[in-house]
Amino acid sequence: MPRVLLIEDDRAVREGVALALRRQGHEVAPVATGEDGLERVRSFRPDVVVLDLMLPGMSGLDVCSRIRGLDQTLPIVMATARGDDEDIVVGLEAGADDYVVKPVQARVLEARIRAVLRRAGGAPATGGIPKIDTYGDLSVDRAGLAVARGGVPVPLAPSELRLLLTLSAAPGQVFSRQQLLEAVWEHSYHGDARLVDACVRRLRAKLGEPTREPRHIQTVRGFGYRFAAR
Amino acid sequence: MRRPRLPQLRGLRIRLVLAFTLVAAVTAGTTGALTFREARTGVLQQSQDAVIQQLRTQVGRSAPDLAFPPDEDALARFAADVARSEPSGTWRVLAAYGRLSATSAPGDRFTELTPAVREAVGSSMATVFQRVAVGDRTALVVGMSVTFAQVPVKGVYASGVHVFLTVPQTTERAYVDALVTAAERAAVPALTLAVLLALLAARGVLRPVRALRHATRSIAEGRLDTRLAVDGSDELADLSHTFNETAAALEKSVAELRGMEARARRFAADVSHELRTPLAAMSAVTDVLDEEAARLDPDTATAVRLISEETVKLARLVDDLMEISRFDAGAAVLHLDEIDLAESLRRTLGTRAWTGLVECDLPPPGALRGRVDPRRLDVVVANLVGNALRHGARPVTLRLYDGTEPGGARLAVIEVLDSGTGIPDDVLPHVFERFYKSDAARTRTEGSGLGLAITAENVRVHGGTVRAANRPGGGAVFTVRLPLPAAEVLQEEPW
Repeated sequence: MPRVLLIEDDRAVREGVALALRRQGHEVAPVATGEDGLERVRSFRPDVVVLDLMLPGMSGLDVCSRIRGLDQTLPIVMATARGDDEDIVVGLEAGADDYVVKPVQARVLEARIRAVLRRAGGAPATGGIPKIDTYGDLSVDRAGLAVARGGVPVPLAPSELRLLLTLSAAPGQVFSRQQLLEAVWEHSYHGDARLVDACVRRLRAKLGEPTREPRHIQTVRGFGYRFAAR
Repeated sequence: MRRPRLPQLRGLRIRLVLAFTLVAAVTAGTTGALTFREARTGVLQQSQDAVIQQLRTQVGRSAPDLAFPPDEDALARFAADVARSEPSGTWRVLAAYGRLSATSAPGDRFTELTPAVREAVGSSMATVFQRVAVGDRTALVVGMSVTFAQVPVKGVYASGVHVFLTVPQTTERAYVDALVTAAERAAVPALTLAVLLALLAARGVLRPVRALRHATRSIAEGRLDTRLAVDGSDELADLSHTFNETAAALEKSVAELRGMEARARRFAADVSHELRTPLAAMSAVTDVLDEEAARLDPDTATAVRLISEETVKLARLVDDLMEISRFDAGAAVLHLDEIDLAESLRRTLGTRAWTGLVECDLPPPGALRGRVDPRRLDVVVANLVGNALRHGARPVTLRLYDGTEPGGARLAVIEVLDSGTGIPDDVLPHVFERFYKSDAARTRTEGSGLGLAITAENVRVHGGTVRAANRPGGGAVFTVRLPLPAAEVLQEEPW
């Protein structure tokens, strides 16, 4: 039973979402503030966090950063109002894996949660070949879902891991943002490509890619991204 | 809009120059003429006074030698004597006594002497003079009687001897000619000066006028804070002042109107925003209602389903209102990405299960790529196709091709055609308006009433145009023209 930590300040929304998620078979811990949320990350050990960005007291963005400080791999889904574009970008930079726009129907939120959890635990789209690929000092364990650089494990959030697995499964092949949105996030073709860009930036930072000329995750201007196996 | 050249000639500048020149010419002419007349009279007067004085002196000197009564020889000697007194030799003298007469130069016919002068000298003892023109020359004719110095017999002064003198007035003439020349020479600089002054004055008048014209145009272009610098207190300054007051009043009114409009829009945005939180709670549980409805008694089930359906619609309406509010606030941001446009259109149909309902006329994959906001393009196409499926009749056709603007820039053209009855002419200009309902009876449709307005705004933020029209063969056609910027302006990707 997936454990969902729901951080939402409005009582009605919190109750409604918690009710709907419980009926979908999740174990839900609803809290009203970011401070409580951070506390519950430790005590409740959630599989996924659903985080409202508009919180009194500690802001949703702060909460997002703090959670990333505690756990690099815990999936975070932000709940935002469309048009709060700045917040979405900052939230993605802070490490959120995905976002939904409120008001959101329970089945949409549920689908996003399932997608994030699949990224975290399930086999990648390429089928999970049981071997460790090495590209220079980068090693990718496709079965164990672990990544190391120079022998040091690199903790990746589910989206980052899935993105790396998808790109590196076909080195040299160019993936458009839309393809990656569908393959990694299970979004529609017309989803928000900023998810991809933000995730690429986070992944490059975690892999210690040079700023000017990334070694592995390369931009193909006007088309998308590709993985270079060197 | 350039005005033709000719009306410029009737402009203020040319009119001022003409007026100034005219005034200067009249002034110079009048002054010249008056001066000339006075000077000429003075010169002639002076010269004739001198001549008369000289003649009188000479006659007084020569007369005592004249035998009395004189004979013709004596008269001739007398005349020659008088004539000789002028060293230049230009004097011609005629002396007459009764029927006798003699001239200083023998055989001189003395044609200048008119009978009137002769008569006047004969009848009075006054000195008579007359200016006579002979051919192109003028001569002064002076006549006087010779009188006795002492009172003679019978108490008569008059001796009966008359002297007539003719002097050509060439010097005086030259003098007068010089005056005319001088007047002419003075007139040319005066006129030039007048033209220069006129141009200066024209500039003085035209500068404020030009400033006024620029300011008016600036206002017309929407820069309502345009003001004129007012200096001086003439009519143009008054006009500038009035202009400034008018502009200020206009600016204030427009600001008030904009303020009202902004408040109204902000109100709509605030209302939508406030509705969102309760809607978020309601939307979260509609699925629960839908699932449970089947287990409830029919009335309650209907009520529950109604609430669920309308909540979904309300959520969509609020979402659309928020979207429109962002356009109004100028907060709509484009997230551009270079994509295959045909692929995008196919996906739009696919995600809404319209692929079988719409005939596609799209370029092959990779043939038409463009830098657009994929989400907004999806909204545009979905709204237009959805509109055609709802209000038009099948077959509905979605067409995409690349075109060129009149300026040569590339653009993508998207057409959505349906086979319905078309759009009534009185509705056509309003189809992109918010909440515009073409049919009063159909007050509620599946859409929020904002779909086409949002479509138009989404096209506009791309710098494109959308147009609705009726096809000659029946049915409506919506045409979107999206500019495809050249590859050079691509945003620099961070990393």
